[in-house]
Amino acid sequence: MTPTDFTPWASLAGGALIGTSAVLLLLVTGRIAGISGIVRRLFPPYGATAPVEAGTFLIGLFAAPAVWTFVSGEAVHQTVTGSLSLAVVAGLLVGAGVFAARGCTSGHGVCGLARLSRRSIAATAIFMATAVATVYVARHVVGG
Amino acid sequence: MGVIASLAAGLLFGVGLILSGMVDPAKVQNFLDIAGTWDPSLAFVMAGAIGVAAPGFWLVRRRTVPLADSAFHVPPADAPIDRTLLIGAAIFGIGWGLAGFCPGPALVSLPLAAPGAVAFTAAMVAAIAAGVLLQQRK
Repeated sequence: MTPTDFTPWASLAGGALIGTSAVLLLLVTGRIAGISGIVRRLFPPYGATAPVEAGTFLIGLFAAPAVWTFVSGEAVHQTVTGSLSLAVVAGLLVGAGVFAARGCTSGHGVCGLARLSRRSIAATAIFMATAVATVYVARHVVGG
Repeated sequence: MGVIASLAAGLLFGVGLILSGMVDPAKVQNFLDIAGTWDPSLAFVMAGAIGVAAPGFWLVRRRTVPLADSAFHVPPADAPIDRTLLIGAAIFGIGWGLAGFCPGPALVSLPLAAPGAVAFTAAMVAAIAAGVLLQQRK
């Protein structure tokens, strides 16, 4: 497979921005910056789920590539490979999985670990393990 | 105030995902490929994010209420681990490994319009919506 550049400083700084976003959201709205939970809040029933705030967060996310390119003068670097059918299958698995687990890389992996949530520690250990195993099988068993 | 903070938080989050390299599925899959072309960068994303969020959350939770709401909406840290959580996390990891996308980077990628990213994101949102619908029928 094609190697990618090791970028410890950019990744650390990007992570710090993600952490800052999570602290800002908790401080002002009292909510966890978990992306799957934010998507879920777009759909009814709307009780105390603040769907407008969830939608506004997503608008901010969608604006990020344009703001990035405007500020840095660089295009967003992204290499998307694989067939469309694989993308759909993977998307369905991710959607179903994060719905059942009530969280993803952000809600469990960042926010949950940062507040030492038992459920998040268990979820993160498991999704990391199955993701590593999946890439191993796809690249070195099936694809090797 | 909640809406403005949400917009700013979404933008910060998205720029963080781009700067960190998380929006590049090739980089994510290389992070997961310990036995091959391993790129440990994404461990630094988690370190940076948790390094800021852990002390930040601790400071915020010393308040009794958030700035723009009457209560915190945070599940207890000692909530029980159930089978649904474990199975869901396992399924999520398989999909993440197959595509190299998790929900945040997938959504940030939508405006970039790579066909694989759009297909992934549409399927992911449809699955979450289906989950919400099924739950309401019960």
